[in-house]
Amino acid sequence: MSNGDDSPDSTVPLLAARDLAKAHGRTEALRGASVELAAGEILAVTGPSGSGKSTLLHCLAGIVRPDAGSVSYAGERLDALPEKRLSELRRTEFGVVFQFGQLIPELTALDNVALPLMLAGTSRPDAHARAGEWLERFGVRGQEALRPGEMSGGQAQRTSLARALVTGPRIVFADEPTGALDSLATEQVMTALTHTARETDTAVLLITHDAQVAAYADREVRLSDGTVAPEFSTEATEAAV
Amino acid sequence: MIGMSTRHILLGLLASGPSHGYDLKRRHDERFPQARPLAYGQVYTTLQRLVRDGLALVEGTDSDGGPERTTYRSTEDGSRELARWAGEIAPPAPFVTNEIFAKVVVSILSGGDPAAYLAAQRAAHMERMRELTAVKTAKGADLATVLSADYALNHLDADLRWMTTTAARLTTLTAEVDAA
Repeated sequence: MSNGDDSPDSTVPLLAARDLAKAHGRTEALRGASVELAAGEILAVTGPSGSGKSTLLHCLAGIVRPDAGSVSYAGERLDALPEKRLSELRRTEFGVVFQFGQLIPELTALDNVALPLMLAGTSRPDAHARAGEWLERFGVRGQEALRPGEMSGGQAQRTSLARALVTGPRIVFADEPTGALDSLATEQVMTALTHTARETDTAVLLITHDAQVAAYADREVRLSDGTVAPEFSTEATEAAV
Repeated sequence: MIGMSTRHILLGLLASGPSHGYDLKRRHDERFPQARPLAYGQVYTTLQRLVRDGLALVEGTDSDGGPERTTYRSTEDGSRELARWAGEIAPPAPFVTNEIFAKVVVSILSGGDPAAYLAAQRAAHMERMRELTAVKTAKGADLATVLSADYALNHLDADLRWMTTTAARLTTLTAEVDAA
């Protein structure tokens, strides 16, 4: 999967990062991390706190630019794109969910989910109709008029997922989407996310420190000190104490 | 499931009414979906021991045109023994039996590669956790399936957390094992 020049589409990763480096001040968050995501694949990125998971997600989603290395999305170099094209990609091709859903507190669940569609030019009635369908799909039926402060954590996260998927993105980036939820709400959110992603052939890059959440994914990569650990380490590599 | 008592499970299944061995085996496998299926031989030997100990008795035999089947029922002693067992606290980890830890220590003693072993074991655990997650989130999965998968997932997760900590402390552990 290293060279996509003449290969059919199915063998080209949808998203590929090579040798990413990124420092925050004097702290090196990423030190040569490489990762690939296939179309429709659900990939869990795990690792201890401070291993660079969130920074990796930010680089892959085009939210921050890496200091070195490359990020390619469907053959396009994200790290070299002008900001205008990057923000268009983020709006149309990517969906993002964080630990705390970052719903707009003044808006109802329905308006929160309809917002990305309206920003893209969909009329208000059409946007509301589609937002309603997505809320139903995520089991938040009957809660359309609630504001984020009136919902449970699980309902708010499922609303955030509906908002991330309503525009039909090809990739959803989820950063600890269940980090603030109990185990039953986690199960509901992860089941909703993975079932929907598989049904709609949406790829998911899932950041988590929780192995039970990572087990919903098709595959796992481990980050350690800003690099991706080999899936089976056959050499003696002493973990840092 | 650790230390599971087949005789008490069979007594529990008999509590809802008389039954024969084949039916007990089938109901056991349905009730405990992810458990190791009961072997017929084990069911029949256990039933005979229950009868010997006065906890069950033979209700009768019928053949329904097929092979002859013996129907068993629980006795009053059987019900008392079942109630005693069901209310008894399971001893929380009286001995620590941890094959993974044993392999790490043996690997250190024999100059092997405990870090590589832990990484490979982690990958195997994750693979099994993905299987169990798929089983429990499959559409139409019943609650017994979800609960037994959850039990295994939580235990595998506990192993993983222990392995992560151990991997991070291998240098110290190696020094300690080598010095002893």
